Amino acid sequence: MMTTNKAEKTAPTQTGTVTYINGPVVKGAGMSEANVMELVYVSDERLAGEIINLNGNVATIQVYEDTTGIKPGMPIYRSGQPLSVELAPGLVGKVFDGIARPLDLIREKQGTFIGRGVHVETIDAETKWKFTPAVKDGDTVEPGTILGAVPETPLLEHRIVVPAGIQGTVKKIAPAGEYTVTDEIAVIETDDGDHPITMLQRWPVRRVHSLKERLKPSVPLITGQRVIDILFPLAKGGTAAVPGGFGAGKTVLQHQLASWSDADLIIYIGCGERGNEMTDVLEEFPKLKDPRSGHPLMERTILIANTSNMPVTARESSIYTGVTIAEYFRDMGYNVALMADSTSRWAEAVREIAGRLEEMPVEEGFPAYLPARLAEFYERAGYGKVGPDRYGSITIIGAVSPPGGDFTEPVTQNTKRFIRTFWALDKRLAFARHFPAISWIDTYSEYIEEMADWWQQEKHIDWRRLRQQALSILARENELQKIVQIIGPDALPSDQRLILQVAALIKEGFLQQNAMDAIDRYSTPAKEVKMIELLMHYADRAKELISHGLPVYRIQEMKVNLKLLTMKQEIPDDKLEELDKIKEEMDAEFDQLGQGLAQTAQARR
Amino acid sequence: MMANGRRVYLGVEQVSGPLVFVTGVNGVGYGEIAEVTTSFGEVRRGRVLIIDGDTVAIQVFEGTSDISATKTKVRFAGRPLMIKVSEEMLGRVFDGTGRPLDGAPLPLSGEERDINGAAINPVSRVYPENFIQTGISAIDGMNTLIRGQKLPIFSTSGLPHNRLAAQIVKQATIPGEESEFVIVFAAMGVKHDEAAYFEETFRETGALENVVMFLNLADDPSIERTITPRVALTVAEYLAFERNKHVLVIMTDMTNYCEALREVATARGDVPTRKGYPGYLYSDLASLYERTGRVIGSDGSITQIPIVSMPNNDITHPVPDLTGYITEGQIVLDPKLDRQGIYPPISVLPSLSRLMKDGIGEGYTRGDHPNLANQLYGSYARVQQIRNIASIIGEEELSAVDKKYLKFGEFFEQEFLNQGDENRTIAETLDLGWKALGVLPVEELGRLKHEQIEKYYKAR
Ligand SMILES: Nc1ncnc2c1ncn2[C@@H]1O[C@H](COP(=O)(O)OP(=O)(O)OP(=O)(O)O)[C@@H](O)[C@H]1O
Ligand SMILES: [Mg+2]
Repeated sequence: MMTTNKAEKTAPTQTGTVTYINGPVVKGAGMSEANVMELVYVSDERLAGEIINLNGNVATIQVYEDTTGIKPGMPIYRSGQPLSVELAPGLVGKVFDGIARPLDLIREKQGTFIGRGVHVETIDAETKWKFTPAVKDGDTVEPGTILGAVPETPLLEHRIVVPAGIQGTVKKIAPAGEYTVTDEIAVIETDDGDHPITMLQRWPVRRVHSLKERLKPSVPLITGQRVIDILFPLAKGGTAAVPGGFGAGKTVLQHQLASWSDADLIIYIGCGERGNEMTDVLEEFPKLKDPRSGHPLMERTILIANTSNMPVTARESSIYTGVTIAEYFRDMGYNVALMADSTSRWAEAVREIAGRLEEMPVEEGFPAYLPARLAEFYERAGYGKVGPDRYGSITIIGAVSPPGGDFTEPVTQNTKRFIRTFWALDKRLAFARHFPAISWIDTYSEYIEEMADWWQQEKHIDWRRLRQQALSILARENELQKIVQIIGPDALPSDQRLILQVAALIKEGFLQQNAMDAIDRYSTPAKEVKMIELLMHYADRAKELISHGLPVYRIQEMKVNLKLLTMKQEIPDDKLEELDKIKEEMDAEFDQLGQGLAQTAQARR
Repeated sequence: MMANGRRVYLGVEQVSGPLVFVTGVNGVGYGEIAEVTTSFGEVRRGRVLIIDGDTVAIQVFEGTSDISATKTKVRFAGRPLMIKVSEEMLGRVFDGTGRPLDGAPLPLSGEERDINGAAINPVSRVYPENFIQTGISAIDGMNTLIRGQKLPIFSTSGLPHNRLAAQIVKQATIPGEESEFVIVFAAMGVKHDEAAYFEETFRETGALENVVMFLNLADDPSIERTITPRVALTVAEYLAFERNKHVLVIMTDMTNYCEALREVATARGDVPTRKGYPGYLYSDLASLYERTGRVIGSDGSITQIPIVSMPNNDITHPVPDLTGYITEGQIVLDPKLDRQGIYPPISVLPSLSRLMKDGIGEGYTRGDHPNLANQLYGSYARVQQIRNIASIIGEEELSAVDKKYLKFGEFFEQEFLNQGDENRTIAETLDLGWKALGVLPVEELGRLKHEQIEKYYKAR
């Protein structure tokens, strides 16, 4: 966590006094020299807090721990520093609370429950890391230059990068060897003197750490989720929101993305959600294997768990802690994907603190600055240049939990303004256990053009056409269902009934993806493409026969239908030739139907 | 004035709803308990809600009638609300704040605990995965209850939620295990006859000595309800995590609890959100519902079955809505099924058990269970669509397959759901599920695996 004991500067001597306590909000007098966003410690138990407002010598403080027992007159100690997060090797594979305290260390100190006033460091100062230099004495370096690297986990090399604002030549670089995060590993000579460098950095969480140069996101985040990769993609460096009522499948989808996306690092923020969901990840991720490297997923994952029953103030900061860590790894040249579940609980934390400050509510109790806060957060996503010839990205995926499942509420509406992929979850689909319950009607992605180019150039696949065809069948079906509600399906002409039949196959056989099924939960891009090609081939051939007078029921009775419905869970990624076999069987069945049709036609003549 | 070494303040500055404001106070901590003595000498308890300089706002649990500006005395306890917990509490009946109602004295032994508890560290949790057989097909087969889960019943007035909860209490077993559940029952604002019904149920199970009851009834002070579940859960945590017992907590009715909370929030001037409930209702409910589960180093567990009544049977009302956002699923009761005489009238489509995924299937219940449940959901959802169409164009106009769906729906509701007091084993439940699917042609069963169809569908 943000600490003082390793602070470079000596802590300021001014001490304030508590005058007011209202839940997590405390006010203190005698704070004239303090700064907004400064980290402070309340009472002799040293409860961590942050100054959110200053008025004369009175500071308003949000306290990150339970304030029971705090009394007027108790001291407030200043740190002189903004709320920051420590960044160094030792983050990956761990789980932290909203102010970056390792939860396993808290457990070691306090047992089953989280008490208060516990002080533990984000980064372990004793661990020695194997450092290999990447520069030599006399090299010129600039912010973003890689000085060396540490194999933090088998899946992730932790690169030590020249921090912002430092430009010059290498005066000293440590030889390959084992170092702690506070050991000096380099000295950089600059115009304003020598800068010693360690592997430990401390970044204020509320300050944006920008890309050197922002570029247009143009590569898909491959998720292994068919409805996403093929119909509603997200780009690396892009933003997405997943709104849906309770039980609609937001968390399972976020877990799926955290498990199977082709990002280099996952930062999963459980802000204001269930304890067991974090436990689930903690128990599963060390066992699940990354499909590309075969390594445990935990080796590329950082968890931030500030569950619903943990302090609401630390829930508010958890988002910033997470995205700051993301920026740090992005600057090494990685594609980081960040999931926040749920941004609505974060917004509620903002609302609760605003309420205790008696700020004017504008809509459903939210303060006027809610949209600005949301924009700030999502803008920290992006793809671009992070150093000489190095590129990195942060993809942000936020779950949204609208009250009553009503998407017109302020958090959903304002989020929509700042994201570009919108995966709308539909309660009716969830009720029918059609998962992921991503509605193909209300969902959109604004990355289609870039993604189509990528598929064309990288995979030589006419992704745009496949997507269009599938979507137009689904859209037609949606329209037709309205008519069916009035006149029944049998009153429709054959070509329209065929649309219903094909749409049903697409929905059950392709869009539905069972996260609990070992085969189905992840599809390689090759399988995704083959499956949709197969279904579109089916649509084309069936349409052809129907136009020659084949009755629809003959299509509905085809033997291959059941195979198309179950191929997702019956055919593993390493047996894709089975899909070709299904195609052969399908063609044979269609050929037969076609011959039958030709014979009847002839007989009639 | 001093009493027991603590200062007594005479007179209050202001009374506002359930809040009283006292000035000139010093040395009092946030969340501290206060004893308020009315002009008639009645002693009430309250809690410090805001401290602003030397002014303190106190929430009085028993309400503020008869509190006068000049004659009321206030004494602060110097600590938050605590309750003494011990195994001796089993078999006892207490009021909503933990005072004995059964005439016997308070247990002598025991340890004092802060009723607010503390958050379970997520790394201390053990993921729940033990299947509880309730004997009810709609639950066991499709919304499986897991030991350590929080699974509320969403209901509305006139529906048999109490009967269902009682049936679960009576029938809940872990197949292959001897261990029994200990029950912690918390009533918030329920009618006398409802409380009596539960007491009767507990007696019938022959194990009243395994039950602790906390009763805040409809005519008890409403503000007291804000602490009843906290007292109950403090005892539950002690029994589960320190005495290694499997605790089943029944809390009823959460809507009454939330209304009491709203009363306090309004008096305090908190910014109202939907239907006047405060913005922190979610976090407040989470501080109750999250006190469930299993933890490393203990063999015990807490399973919660809160009962939530939905005003106007509206599932989007803030209380069921926020509950659903916190709990690990919900069992939803449906007035329409009830009117058709189906018991239990569980509406399976909006019902959900989020923890069933790790507690069912091979090695837990039966290998076909997950896919079978999934297929039953898919097919039953189809039934609803077809019924809508049938209601307009008439049943005769439906295709042959659609007609089969209607038959399946009939069977599903009348046989699978409707079981009265029958106590079914999980195997019976699953077999009945297959029997229902038997009505449908095999091409309609895309959620099942080939082997499962071979083994269970074709072998029928
Ligand atoms: N892809 C999927 N495959 C199988 N089951 C799924 C899938 N997605 C969701 N589910 C089912 O739906 C349930 C609810 O999903 P989830 O917990 O993700 O909902 P949620 O939208 O996060 O709800 P809340 O807002 O209450 O947290 C899961 O427990 C699981 O049973
Ligand atoms: Mg969720």
